[in-house]
Amino acid sequence: MVVFEKPKSLCDVPLHYCPGCTHGIIHRLVAEAIDELGIEGKTIGVAPVGCAVMAYNYFNCDMVEAAHGRAPAVATGIKRADPENIVFSYQGDGDLASIGTAETVHAATRNENITVIFVNNAIYGMTGGQMAPTTLPGQVTQTSPYGRDVNHCGYPVKISEMLSQLEGPEYIERVAVNNVKNIRAAKKAIKKAFQNQVEGKGFSLIEVISSCPTNWGLSPEKALQWLEENMIPYYPLGVYKDRTAQKEAEAK
Amino acid sequence: MSEKVLMKGNEAIAEAAILAGCRHYFGYPITPQTEIAAYMAKKMPKIGGCFLQAESEIAAINMVYGVAGAGKRVMTSSSSPGISLKSEGLSYLAGSDLPALVVNVQRGGPGLGGIQPSQSDYFQATKGGGHGDYKMIVLAPSSVQEMASLTVKGFDLADKYRMTAMILADGTTGQMMEPVNLSEVEVQHYEKPWAVTGTKMERPHNIVNSLFLEPEELEKNNFARFERYKQIEENEVMVEEYLMDDAELCVVAFGIAARVSKNAINEARKKGIKVGLIRPITLWPFPKKTLLAAAEHVKQFISVELNMGQMVEDIELATRCKRPVTLCNRTGGMIPSPAQVLAAIEEADKGGQA
Repeated sequence: MVVFEKPKSLCDVPLHYCPGCTHGIIHRLVAEAIDELGIEGKTIGVAPVGCAVMAYNYFNCDMVEAAHGRAPAVATGIKRADPENIVFSYQGDGDLASIGTAETVHAATRNENITVIFVNNAIYGMTGGQMAPTTLPGQVTQTSPYGRDVNHCGYPVKISEMLSQLEGPEYIERVAVNNVKNIRAAKKAIKKAFQNQVEGKGFSLIEVISSCPTNWGLSPEKALQWLEENMIPYYPLGVYKDRTAQKEAEAK
Repeated sequence: MSEKVLMKGNEAIAEAAILAGCRHYFGYPITPQTEIAAYMAKKMPKIGGCFLQAESEIAAINMVYGVAGAGKRVMTSSSSPGISLKSEGLSYLAGSDLPALVVNVQRGGPGLGGIQPSQSDYFQATKGGGHGDYKMIVLAPSSVQEMASLTVKGFDLADKYRMTAMILADGTTGQMMEPVNLSEVEVQHYEKPWAVTGTKMERPHNIVNSLFLEPEELEKNNFARFERYKQIEENEVMVEEYLMDDAELCVVAFGIAARVSKNAINEARKKGIKVGLIRPITLWPFPKKTLLAAAEHVKQFISVELNMGQMVEDIELATRCKRPVTLCNRTGGMIPSPAQVLAAIEEADKGGQA
């Protein structure tokens, strides 16, 4: 009896991610959600520019590679072309919260019926570890070698907090993938983000707090510990917006 | 619609796009092309189409990229500064071999420039605009009727060759009203097995992508794309020749400049000057053969343009510099008058090079 297997929505190919990177976990959670909802045949994914750029080779559904930061606009086009299809974007912090901020905010405020997976590891991984919009104050990166000085380059962008202030989006939740408990919660959130789209509820974004052992200069285990001690306090986990739940609560 | 209707050039583009089967339009407000978006905003919801005002030109062209990837006819329109913003997307459309129609109703530049008519995006349209080795099919209408017919043609060519077709119009052709016949629109249909429509678990996944990390693979793709470009140069050149049979002088002009030039040429003919017009309708592919043939019997070319002479070097290249090419131009939103063009023709006729 098979008790554990690769999700069908993941291609059977080696991933290029660094050892200890949590992208693999997040890919798996997305694929499991697609499998469980039985939507692979009508799902179209949009890959970002950044570490997950080659996600188009990893998900078994139809895939589109977008320009840097433009995934929510591309996803908007795909969804508007055929609203019956399920469309998700998979983006990192530089892509979503810096160069693509406008596309992110406006897809959210339109309540575009898409699912956005936002992987926040506080660094530009693909280009070798530069300061990201979500790099923590004082955090050392290649382009903040003395630590992020908030007086010089400002504060990190808190996407979940920001977007939850908008009237538009249906569902915003921040999760983490540093331990089994959090991974299970992340899975639940990601599945809900897809389920919302199936039900036509609108824009769902799941911010996944993730690690980057390579560019943080830490072992995979130490990186997860650093995530727990530094990232989660700055980026608290939880549901930031759930319109349906809100409405149900108000109805009671 | 079996008879002619009076329309603005911009509206003719919008109606023709709908007749060509376009049901998705994304744009961002900018003068002088606003009527296209306004027309789409009114019409699309009534015919089950989608008009969406994007948050920026960049977002609009990427929405176009999404719909094009999904295999449906799609367009955006803008004017010069907006096209600069869209240029990233134009490069990605080219790199991913996606068909789309993009309209540029040009205004004066550089920078914010002005809002009056211009042709100063000739280089940007015909030489690239975005990064990388790529071309766009560039169509230059000079009447409201052509705004419509070239829009339909543009969609067909885009689908046929899997690339962007650009309507390179100007503020004048966009704003002026003329009678248009929209009754004879014939639309071609092309299969798009490469589109991301969902696998339905019946085929391997499709990938729309412009990233090729192996240089050998990227080179192969670029070579293949340029093979298609070669076919386009062979088969899709469109050009009008006016009074060229016995011409000793040749005016070269496109768009609104060609209409001004025709007036001047008619006046010059009355004075006995043997002058004709070559009007490129496709700016890329450029009508090189027509120009080279003309160089056999004309003694001078006069390029009439609403810019600083961006087409001159293409004429020189096409004619292998066999005859002098002079420039008669206005720029910054100004339009040459028929009198200015006539003066340039007369100067050339006297043997001077103006």
